[in-house]
Amino acid sequence: MSQQATPDSASPSRRKRILTGGFAVVAVGCVAAASFFSIQAASGGTDVRNNVTLIAPAAAGGGWDTFQRELQQSMQTNDLVNNVQVINVPGAGGTIAIGNVAQLPEANNLMVGGTGQIAAQIQFGTPSRLQDVTPVAKVLEEYDIVVVPADSPHETMDDLVEAWQENPSGTPWTGGGSFDQLVMTEIALVAGISPGETTYIPSDGGGEAIQALLNGTAVAAAGGFADMYPQVESGRLRVLGVAAEDRLAGEDDIPTLAEEGYDVTLTNWRALFAPPSATEEEVTELRELVDEAVATPEWAATVERNYWREAPLQGEELDQYIADETERIGGLFEEMGQ
Amino acid sequence: MDSLPLLMEGFAGALTPANLLWVVVGCLLGTAVGVMPGLGSSMAVALLLPMTFALDPTAAFILFAGVYFGGLFGDSTMAILMNTPGQASAIASTFEGHRMALDGRAPQALATAAIGAFIGGIIASTIVVFFAPTLAELSRYFGPAEYFALAVFAFIATSSVVSESVPKGLASLMLGLGLSTVGIDAVTGTQRFTLGAPQLFEGISLITVTVAILALGEVFHVASRARRDHPDLKTRSAGRPWLKWAEFKEAAPAWGRGTVIGLPFGVIPVGGSEVPTFMAYDVERRLDRRRRLPQFGKGAIRGLAAPEAAGNSTTGMAMGALLALGLPVSATAAIMLAAFRQYGLQPGPLLFDRNPELVWALLASFFIAMVVLLIINLPFAQLWSKLLLIPQPYLYAGIALFCGLGVFATSGRVFDLLLLLGIGLVGFGMRRYGYPLAPLMIGMVLGPLAETSIRDALLSSDGNYAALIDSPITWFIYGLLALVLAFTVRAAVRKKSRQDI
Repeated sequence: MSQQATPDSASPSRRKRILTGGFAVVAVGCVAAASFFSIQAASGGTDVRNNVTLIAPAAAGGGWDTFQRELQQSMQTNDLVNNVQVINVPGAGGTIAIGNVAQLPEANNLMVGGTGQIAAQIQFGTPSRLQDVTPVAKVLEEYDIVVVPADSPHETMDDLVEAWQENPSGTPWTGGGSFDQLVMTEIALVAGISPGETTYIPSDGGGEAIQALLNGTAVAAAGGFADMYPQVESGRLRVLGVAAEDRLAGEDDIPTLAEEGYDVTLTNWRALFAPPSATEEEVTELRELVDEAVATPEWAATVERNYWREAPLQGEELDQYIADETERIGGLFEEMGQ
Repeated sequence: MDSLPLLMEGFAGALTPANLLWVVVGCLLGTAVGVMPGLGSSMAVALLLPMTFALDPTAAFILFAGVYFGGLFGDSTMAILMNTPGQASAIASTFEGHRMALDGRAPQALATAAIGAFIGGIIASTIVVFFAPTLAELSRYFGPAEYFALAVFAFIATSSVVSESVPKGLASLMLGLGLSTVGIDAVTGTQRFTLGAPQLFEGISLITVTVAILALGEVFHVASRARRDHPDLKTRSAGRPWLKWAEFKEAAPAWGRGTVIGLPFGVIPVGGSEVPTFMAYDVERRLDRRRRLPQFGKGAIRGLAAPEAAGNSTTGMAMGALLALGLPVSATAAIMLAAFRQYGLQPGPLLFDRNPELVWALLASFFIAMVVLLIINLPFAQLWSKLLLIPQPYLYAGIALFCGLGVFATSGRVFDLLLLLGIGLVGFGMRRYGYPLAPLMIGMVLGPLAETSIRDALLSSDGNYAALIDSPITWFIYGLLALVLAFTVRAAVRKKSRQDI
C-alpha cells in the first residue's frame, strides 16, 4: 500500500470511473429487480392450494420457526399445496412480522403467533398488534413446568412457595422467555406474593435457564416442558408441577399446579394468522388447509416429538379467546409494574 | 479407558462412503459460508435443518458438524486477505493476519490459520472424547459472578489493544459499548437508544456491526483513496504455499497456548468463541513485547496462530458440552439442539447410553472433518491469495455485495441494510481519522457479557455486592488480574527508571 507506483495516465482513470459508475447502476438495478421479484414471488398466485408462504416471526431455529417448518413438511409430503415456503421475519418479539403481514395484499400467507407476541406488544407498546391480523386457527399449546435443581431443599410446590413468601426478593426465579415470567407472576399472585417484590432473572432460552438453576443463580424456574423435562429425566432437575388444566397424557405422574393449590393454567399457545386483506372465503380455505395439514400422520409424529399438545380452536371462539388472553396478559404486566 | 474402543466403533460408523460424502459436503459448505462476510455457520445449519427430514440422524449430524467446523476454518480467509472477517470469531485474526497479507505473506498466513484451526479442533475433540462429562460438570461452578470477573479480566487484558492512543481507543471502546446497549433491556423492559423504532428492539446484531465496521468501512476507505494509493501487486502476490520450518517453529507455541485458552470457554456460555480469540491474541501480544525483536504490528505469525487455535478449540468443546450436557453454549449449538429434537433425541448424559452408535460416530466425524478441512484449506491457500490479484474496483465491489447479502440473509430486512450502511460510514470515519477499530469490537462483544452477568449476580443475591467476590473462582480470576497489573506496572516503572538514567 505504501509504495508509490508510476502515476496512471488520465484516460484509464477516467475509464475506470465510468466503469465504476456503470457497475453501480447495474448493481442498483439488480438489487431492485431481485427484491421486486422476490416480493412478487412471495405473494404471487392467490389460490391457496397453489402457493402458500408460512411466516415465522422469529429467526431460524426457535419454537415458531420449528412449528412452521414442521407444518411445511406435513403439507409437502401430503401434497396439500403445490408450493409451500417458510420465511423468517424476526424482530421486536415477533411484532415486526405482524406489521408486515398486516400489509400483505395476498391471502395465501400464514403467520404463526401467540402468547409471546401479545406479551411483546403490551410490554414494548409496539405499533403493530395481534388484532391487526386475521386469526385462522389455534393449533396447539405448550405447557410450562416448575422445576428446581435436583439437590434443592424444596420437595413440593408448598415448600417452594413457603420459602418464597418468607423472602420474595431473595428467592430468584428464572425462565427462558417472557411467557415463563408471566407464569411465575401468576403463581406469585395466587400465592399472595406481590409480583413487584419478586426477583426474575431473564435467561435467553431454556438452555440458559437450566444453567442458571444448576449454578445456583436461581432457586426455581418456570420453563417449557420440552426444554426442561429431559433434564428432569437425567436427574439434574426436579419437577414440582405443570401449569395446565389436566395432567399431561404420558407424563401423568406430574401433578398440575391447581392440584397443589395454585390455580395457574396459563398456556403457551400457537395459532395461525392471515393478512387482514383475506376475504371470508379465503380464510375458510386456509382453515381447511390447516385442518388437513394437522390431520396427517406426519403432524401427529411432530406433535409427539416436540412434546406439544393439540388444542384446536377456530372461528368466533378463537377471536374471543385471543381477546381474553390479551386482557389477561395485560393484567399480569400491570401487576408486574411494567 | 473404555472410550477408545467406542471411538473406534464410531470411526467404523462414520467412515462409510455415504457418511464420508456428507462430511465433505458439510466441510465445503461450511467453508463457503465462513468465507462470506456476514454469513455464519449458525445460519447455514439453520437453513439445513429441513435436511433432517431426508437424512438419517448420523448422516445429518455429520453434515452439521462439517458445516460448523468448516465455518471456523473459512472465516479467517477473508479476514486475512481483505481485513473482512467472515464471522465474529475471526475478528482477532484480522489484526496480524491482514498485516501478513499486506506484507506479501498471504499464503503463509492462510496456512497458519488453517493449521491453527486444525490443532485447536483436534485437541478439543480429543478432550471431548475422554473428559467431556467431567469438564462439563465444572460449568456449574460458573455463575454470573464468575462471568463478571471473567469479563472484567478480559476488558483489562485486551486494554493493550487500546493503548496506542488512549483517548481515541477509549472513544472507540465507548462507541462499541454504546452500540451493544441498543434495544429492549431484558430485566426492566425499558427501551434503550431505540428511538422508538421497533426494528431496534432486539438490539444491533454483532454480525451487522462486524461486517459494517471491518468490511464495509474498509471498502469505503479503499475507495476514498483509490487514486492516491497504488498497491504494489508484485509484493502482494509473492509467497510460498507452505510454511518454512522456522515459521512453523515460531507459530507452534502460539497454537498450543491458543488451544489451552480456548478450551475452558467451550463449556461456559459467554456467547461463542469471540472472547477467547481476543484473549489469545492479547496473550501473544504481551509475550511478544518481551522478545528482543517484537513482531506485532508487522504481521506476527503468532498473533494469527493463537486466536485461530483458540476459536476452534472453543468450538470443539462447545460441541462436547452440547452432547454431554444438552446445554447449547453457542448459537449454532442451539440450532443443533433443535435438530436433535427433530429426531426425538435429547443430548445429555443419557444420550451416551441410549444412542451410543450415533454419539460415537459423530465424535469420530469431528476428527474426520478436521482432516478433511485441513486438506481442503491448505492447498487452496495459494489459490485464495490469488484473489488479491483481482483489480481493486472489482474486488471491493464484490466484497460490498457480499456484505449486503450476508446481512440481508440473516434478517431479511431493508432496515438492517441501512444500518449496515450507516455503521459502515462510521467505520470509514474511524479509519480516516485514525481511530482503532479493535476496541469497538471488544466493547461490542464484552459489554453485554459484563452487563448481564453483573445484573444477574445482583438480582440473584438480592442486591448484595459481596456476591461478586464470593467464590474461589472469582478470587482466582481477580488474583490473576492483580498479578497481571502488578507486572505491567513493574515493567512500566522499570522502563521509566531506565530512561531516567
